[in-house]
Amino acid sequence: MPGKILVAVDGSDAGARALAFAHSRAKREGWSLMLVHVLEWSPYTFLTAEELEERHARRKQELARAEAAIISPLVAAYQGQGVEIETAIKYGHVTETICDVATEIRASEIVTGRTGNSGVMSRVFGSVAGTLAQIAPVPCTIVP
Amino acid sequence: MTRFITHLLAAFAIFAAGSARAQSIDETVNEIFAASTGWFVSFIFAPIPGTGFAWIVAWLVIAASVFTLYFGFIQFRVWRHSIQLVSGKYSDPNDAGEVSHFQALATALSGTVGLGNIAGVAVAVTIGGAGATFWMILAGLLGMASKFTECTLGVKYRNEYPDGTVSGGPMYYITKGFAERGLPGGKILAVMFAIFCVLGSLGGGNMFQANQAHQQLASVLGQYPGWITGVIFAAIVFAVIIGGLKSIARVTERVVPLMGVLYVGAALIILVMNYDMIGWAFGQIINGAFTGNGIVGGMIGALIQGFRRAAFSNEAGVGSAAIAHSAVRTKEPITEGFVSLLEPFIDTVLICTMTALVIIITGQLTTDAATGLYILGENGQIVTASGTTGVGLTSAAFGSALPWFPYVLVIAVLLFAFSTMISWSYYGLKAWTYLFGEGKNQEISFKVMFCVFVVIGAAASLDPVIDFSDAAIFAMAVVNIIGLYFLMPVVKRELNSYLARLESGEIKRFK
Repeated sequence: MPGKILVAVDGSDAGARALAFAHSRAKREGWSLMLVHVLEWSPYTFLTAEELEERHARRKQELARAEAAIISPLVAAYQGQGVEIETAIKYGHVTETICDVATEIRASEIVTGRTGNSGVMSRVFGSVAGTLAQIAPVPCTIVP
Repeated sequence: MTRFITHLLAAFAIFAAGSARAQSIDETVNEIFAASTGWFVSFIFAPIPGTGFAWIVAWLVIAASVFTLYFGFIQFRVWRHSIQLVSGKYSDPNDAGEVSHFQALATALSGTVGLGNIAGVAVAVTIGGAGATFWMILAGLLGMASKFTECTLGVKYRNEYPDGTVSGGPMYYITKGFAERGLPGGKILAVMFAIFCVLGSLGGGNMFQANQAHQQLASVLGQYPGWITGVIFAAIVFAVIIGGLKSIARVTERVVPLMGVLYVGAALIILVMNYDMIGWAFGQIINGAFTGNGIVGGMIGALIQGFRRAAFSNEAGVGSAAIAHSAVRTKEPITEGFVSLLEPFIDTVLICTMTALVIIITGQLTTDAATGLYILGENGQIVTASGTTGVGLTSAAFGSALPWFPYVLVIAVLLFAFSTMISWSYYGLKAWTYLFGEGKNQEISFKVMFCVFVVIGAAASLDPVIDFSDAAIFAMAVVNIIGLYFLMPVVKRELNSYLARLESGEIKRFK
């Protein structure tokens, strides 16, 4: 079975670099790509009654926005170059969701970018790339 | 209603003439309020002829018992599954991003956990004695079945609009459900419900909260006119519901559950500190439940207070929670019923009971050393050690064991009051738009009126406000429960089908 690379993107340049790296690798190996964008979401946050009512509509808008602003431009850039690209937009805890998708599609590896922030925030809260390196169920490449 | 607002404007004019007469504004508001709502209150709380038992209390308890029996003690059969649903074990990961069961429960709870749990319980035990607690817990347990019924229907018969928003609640399930079953009168009942819901949102969901928030602030800052608190609260509520300042609401929604945990935690600490008294306290509760221990009205008096406070606090059978729960995206309406039945348990059996236990254990209810019976004041209420009732009594009870707690309680009361107001402004709004149609103008007119009532509530004195609040909320229950009786076979069908599929494994567990 040909391999599949899960590329985690967030709309930043780092994500684009990750895709470029993964794409060249997939092309060489004859593998396909799965582009995943995760919208941070917890089912345990608190919403007001009004937000509950609007949630379904908001979700649709958020998905459409992510598709238009993040996924489509990336796919368009690599269209027709011989590598099959699938896409998915998910809700959830970012790193956990990426790992779940990787397991589900039996990805050969995960490729993601890193923003290179070494500031206090990422020290306190950790970064997506750092956490992925720790918990990824398959080999994980972090593109600088 | 217009007369009401005219009078209020008149009261404001007096204020403009000179702030030295500020206290008289409160008095004027109070008088007008008591005079214009008295008849409604007397009707709702009219006793069953020949007894001292208010028919409305019987109505609620009978309904809760009927639902409990009809659904075969549903509250004890499915609570484990309810918890699994809330923790997301049956949520399809592909539906992530939609409202979760947990969120619907949390939002509905932040509407019900409020002053009823702190002030209402204190009022109940000062009138009904420790025994009221027993009846309150029983009413809480039975109420789980009512909540289950109404929230299932709320999801099943909600309206979904093309833009993806939803409107649900008793007015919708009564109209659509009755039409579906070929029953007449659905529309009339739904309109009645909506009218009472608007009143309830202005009463218990607004004025009672504003009133108690003011009492609490005044107890810390010293006495000052209630309308000042009212104007400040109204301004914040205005900023949130009209100004769209969601950040305030969001912060409150986040802090409220924390406050709830802190409150129960503090109560548990006090219980542990007085562990040798716990047995005695339960003795008082059980004994008082059947004898009254010298309160006015004896056993019946305790029972009425317990049931009344439980219903006011957890709103089971009232129909309000059905409005909040109807926003959940679920393929199975019944799952929302399962989740919602946890509410009366958390609200009444857990939090209200904590309040009552702390008041009893810290010896706030004075008894005659010789007879062991309560000492009654001139107003027929039990004389409390601190001489207060409502929030003041709860505050004194907690403060006698944890001196710093009254300060936390002030913040908790303000936040609870605020979050309850925000929730009820939504319930009221849904009823209002049901009556007058969806639209920006209709929404704004209701929201402005809601803010005006914040001021009235803060300025009026407790007794007329509490009576009107109870009356309006119970009036909702009258209509809602009629609807529930006719529609409960629908819920039964859903229940049997779901349980069968759960058993057969057709309903999958995802985690």
